[in-house]
This record gives sequence, structure tokens and C-alpha cells, in this order.
Amino acid sequence: MSNFAIIRIRRGEKKIWTFYMKVLLRAGRRTGRHLMREDNIIEVRDLEHSFGEIQAVRSVSFSVRKGEIFSFLGPNGAGKSTTINVLTTLLPIQKGTVRVAGYDLAREPERVRESIGIVFQDEVLDRDLTVWETMEFHGRLYSIPRDERRQRIDDMLAVVELEAKRDVRTKHLSGGMKRRLEIARGLMTRPEVLFLDEPTQGLDPQTRLRMWDYIRQVNAAGTTIFLTTHYMDEADMLSDRISIIDHGRIVVTGTPEELKDALGEDVIYLETVDDARAEEAIQGIDEIRSITESPRGLSITISTDGSHCLPRIVELVRGAGIDIVSANLKKPTMDDVFVHYTGRELRDMGG
Amino acid sequence: MAWEFLTVYWREMIRFVRFRTQLFSSLLQPALWMAFFGVAMSANFNRFTATIPVPPGTIPVDYLTFMAAGMIAMTSLFTSLFGGMSLLFDKNWGLMREMLASPMPRTHIMLGVSLSGITKSFIQVVIIMAFGLILGVEFFPGYSPARIAVSILGILTFVGVFSLGFLLFSSNISMRLESPEGLQGIITLLTMPLFFVSNALYPIQAFPPFLQTLSAYNPLTHLVNGIRYFALGSEFFAVGAEYSYTPADILLSFSYLLVFAAVMYILARQAFQRAVVT
Ligand SMILES: Nc1ncnc2c1ncn2[C@@H]1O[C@H](COP(=O)(O)OP(=O)(O)OP(=O)(O)O)[C@@H](O)[C@H]1O
Ligand SMILES: [Mg+2]
Repeated sequence: MSNFAIIRIRRGEKKIWTFYMKVLLRAGRRTGRHLMREDNIIEVRDLEHSFGEIQAVRSVSFSVRKGEIFSFLGPNGAGKSTTINVLTTLLPIQKGTVRVAGYDLAREPERVRESIGIVFQDEVLDRDLTVWETMEFHGRLYSIPRDERRQRIDDMLAVVELEAKRDVRTKHLSGGMKRRLEIARGLMTRPEVLFLDEPTQGLDPQTRLRMWDYIRQVNAAGTTIFLTTHYMDEADMLSDRISIIDHGRIVVTGTPEELKDALGEDVIYLETVDDARAEEAIQGIDEIRSITESPRGLSITISTDGSHCLPRIVELVRGAGIDIVSANLKKPTMDDVFVHYTGRELRDMGG
Repeated sequence: MAWEFLTVYWREMIRFVRFRTQLFSSLLQPALWMAFFGVAMSANFNRFTATIPVPPGTIPVDYLTFMAAGMIAMTSLFTSLFGGMSLLFDKNWGLMREMLASPMPRTHIMLGVSLSGITKSFIQVVIIMAFGLILGVEFFPGYSPARIAVSILGILTFVGVFSLGFLLFSSNISMRLESPEGLQGIITLLTMPLFFVSNALYPIQAFPPFLQTLSAYNPLTHLVNGIRYFALGSEFFAVGAEYSYTPADILLSFSYLLVFAAVMYILARQAFQRAVVT
């Protein structure tokens, strides 16, 4: 009895403490960050950018939530890099408003620069500096005090497994090592947002997988990530949310699942000992949009989530006494999503 | 005061030392000029001017000594005009975007580059003076060690301000250009008039009036004035012309260089603050 009481008191205390902490945190956020809208770390409204006649970005609006991995997926020339360059203060704002990490980009570009890290699309390395010097230079640009800087360099080089290359000039690194070095450099300042412009372009599949791991690790440690890519699988695997961008416009935004579900085109491939009877047996399911017969079995197009339909189909077919040879569910891929929303294949892939 | 420009400086110097050929050629070039052009020219000039009587009260100066000052000035000019080149390389193949996207004030890029350019000029000046000594250049005639020290400081101060002006000019141009070839073209166009419409190689007293006026606006002329004043004294006679500098003249020349550097700073700052990445 008495034990029970103590526990209850503890619980009560804990509640009070959490409540108290929440109030403190909220107050801190309010005063420390003027006008930061609750959870959005990037807010872009009606951004436009032209190079002379060429409209690279036409009225783009989106927001990135604190802590997420957000991707711009689009073909060559869609306006991804242009958007990143504006967001990172490398291009002037022509039209629209942008807030990054709570600061207005037009009014406080310096504050924004302090809060972000960037890995550029193409190599930005001094070929004649060593790996360590590259990091040291960067740390000094951001005025990280000496001891702390040296410590972080060691840490970051360990994370990207480049300790052994410390005193090697960057021109003697492989493409993947250079990319890892650039990522380590982007991270050493502990930015709130890390911009990654096509981080895995031109890397071999193995290195890509490793890179994805790094990106996830970094994100798990609390850094918001804004990523551009023209690889469907990359956007799919990494992102919490994706904006598909084409011809300077955002075509659609959503989680990878939302985007794929919106297509509603899950297909089930079913092979049985008697396809004709099987087709009859499953006629009653409302979600089935169409069934086509082929020598290798039935393809059943489902209008909603196929994974919920599959067990029912299997049950019905089995119930009718028909043996199933194989059953396959194919969800739409990002490729399908892209084709659906832009009306064509991703232009000149791999460019 | 922020010190990030020292970071830019640090990197520039690493690169300076690391590129052995560039390092040695930049050190050797002024010495070679002195050794061949200087010695050849002085043999000729000394023959022409040997017959001209030296006015009383002035110190006669032989041509090699006369032109050594010009050589110092010319080397500073070349080194400084090429100083912005590294920015162009950075823009196209290097760290420019990293620097522009960092919180470091953008003016620090040009300050760091300028500081490294000044350092390079200083090193070259010292080499020319040392090498000149071997060739028979008679700088600091009859000076006490203290006066020599002061004179060297004076020369370096002039060279420093002059180089700063042209380094900022070169950085400014580089930020506005796309490729190193463009800068090379501008340098080639500029060095000729700057170098020859000045008192670096010969006295301007014999120029037509128009060129004389022009050369009075040439920063190189004012740098050479300063160097000769500190290296040769206020009264001397060379290449058939009499030179006499009052401290006011020298102060004026120095002020001119200061104003030149200040104007270049303001113009360059604009270019850096508006810099975008293409
Ligand atoms: N500096 C520039 N001058 C002129 N046009 C430019 C410039 N930079 C980009 N563009 C144009 O703007 C459009 C968008 O280019 P951007 O680099 O943003 O595309 P992207 O989505 O990053 O493509 P990629 O996947 O190839 O990197 C293109 O049509 C491109 O030609
Ligand atoms: Mg791009």
C-alpha cells in the first residue's frame, strides 16, 4: 500500500517536471529565436529566380520541419541547385521570402550562414591542400576555437573513415573519399541544417549505400537535412518528405508513402493451378480495379493499399480449393510516381 | 575585430610554399631581370651619361643602382596584379563557394589575399636588394646601420601600400571576371603603360609634357619616388637628371598611394559584397 503511494507521488512529480521543462523550453525558443514558426526550420514562400531570360525557379513554396530529411527530386535543370544556392545565400533573393533557422535570408544572411552547412553538387576542394588542412581551413572560417576545432576534425575524420588520409592532398583521394571529406567538412560546424546537393552523384553503389548511412546518422543526431537528388531510390530510401520539382515548379509534396499511395496502383501478380477459376473466386472484392490474364498468371490492379488486399485474395482463392503457385505484390516506385506527376520519364538520367 | 582573413592568408601561404616552381620562379624572376637587363642597360646608359657633368652638391648614382629601385617597383607591380589570380582559380576550381557561404565577412577574402600578396612582394624586394648588393647596386650610400634599417622599413612601407592598392584592384577585377584568361589580358594591357609611363627605368624629366602629366598620376611613379628617397637620399644625380626630394614630396607620394589603396578598397569591397556564384 505504502509502496503504491510512493510510486504515485513519483509519477506526479515526473509530470510536474516534464510540464515545467516544456514551459522552459518553449520560453527559451520564443526568446532565443525571434519569430521562428514552431517546427519549421526552412520556410520558402513564392521564391522565383531567373538568369536573364531563363526562369530557373518559378514561384516555389515549401517548408522543412526541424529534424527531418527533406528532398527535392527532379531531373537535370529542374532548378534544384538554384534553389539551394539562394537558400545558402550564394545567389541573391530576387523574389519571395525565405527563412532559414529562424532568420530572414534577405535581412540577416550572415546569421543564416552561421546556421547552415553545405555540400555542393560539384567538387569544392582545394586540390593542393591535405585532408586535414581542408578541415582546418573550414573550422577557422567558422571561428571555431583551436582546441575544439582540432577535436572536431579528429572526430569527423573518424566518422567518415578518412583518418588514414589525414595528410594526403585532396587530389590524391578517390571520388568517394572526396565526397566523404566534403560531408565531414559540412558537418564539422554542427549546422542546424545541412544542404546536400546531389550527395551521391557519380558514386559506386556500395559507396552510395555508405553515404546514405552517414546521412541517416547525421540526421539521427539532430541535423535537419535538405537534399536534392535525381535518383528516385535515394529520395525514397532517405526522405521523410519529398517535393518533386520540374521546370522550376514543385509538382507535388508528400511522404514517399503518400506519394506512392496516391497513385493507388498496387499490382498483385498471382499464379495458380487454375487461373480462370481463381479470377471468378475473387470477383467480389471491391478494391480490385481490373484483372488481366497472361500465360504467367493474373495481374490484379488494386485501387487502394495492396498489402491489405493480398491476404483476402489468398483466402478466397484457397477457399475455392485452388492451389496458389506464387503471389507477388508490386507497389508503385518513385519512378511511377514521377511519371505520374510529370507525365514523362525522368529526363536524361545520370547527367 | 575579426581575424578570419588570417585564415585566408594561411591558406594562400601554404599554396605559395607548396608550389615549388611558382615559388622559385617568383624569387628568381626579379634577380634575373637585374642580372641581365640591369647589367646590360647600365653598361649602355653609363656610357651615354658619362660625359654629363655632375652638379655640385649631388651624389652621382650609376644606372644599375638607379634602375634597381625601378626593378623593386616593377616586381611589386607584377606580383600584385597577379595576386587576384588565385581568386579566379578558386571561383572556377576551388574554395570560393565555401568561403562565400561561410559566416566570414566577405571582405576578409580580399584582405587575406592582399596580405599574402604583400608578403610575397616583401620577400621579392628583400631578394632584389640582397642580389643587387652582389651585382654592385649602391643603395644606402654611406648610411649608418640605423639609417639603413629605417630606410628599409620606409621602402617596405611604400611597397606595402602600393601592393595593397594593386592587389585590391586585381581582386576586384577577378571577382567580376569569369576566367583567368581575362585577367591575364587586362594585366598585359595595363603593365605596359604603367611600367613605361613612369620613372622606373629612366627620368621623366625628358618626357613630352603630356606623358609627364600622365606619369605623375601613375602610382608606380610615386612608389619609385619613395624607394629612391629611402635608398639613395634626397639629392642625387642619375641618367643625366638631377633628383631632389623634399620630405613633403615624399609625403605627397605616400598620400597618393594611400588614397589609391583606399579607393581600390572601396571598389573591391563592392565587388565582394555583391559576389554571387555562377
Ligand atoms: N549561372 C547560370 N546562368 C544561366 N543559367 C543558369 C545558371 N545556373 C543555372 N542556370 C539554368 O537554370 C536552370 C536550373 O538549373 P539548376 O542548376 O538549378 O538545375 P538542377 O535542378 O540543379 O539540375 P541538375 O540535376 O542538373 O543539377 C537550368 O535551365 C540552367 O540552365
Ligand atoms: Mg544541380
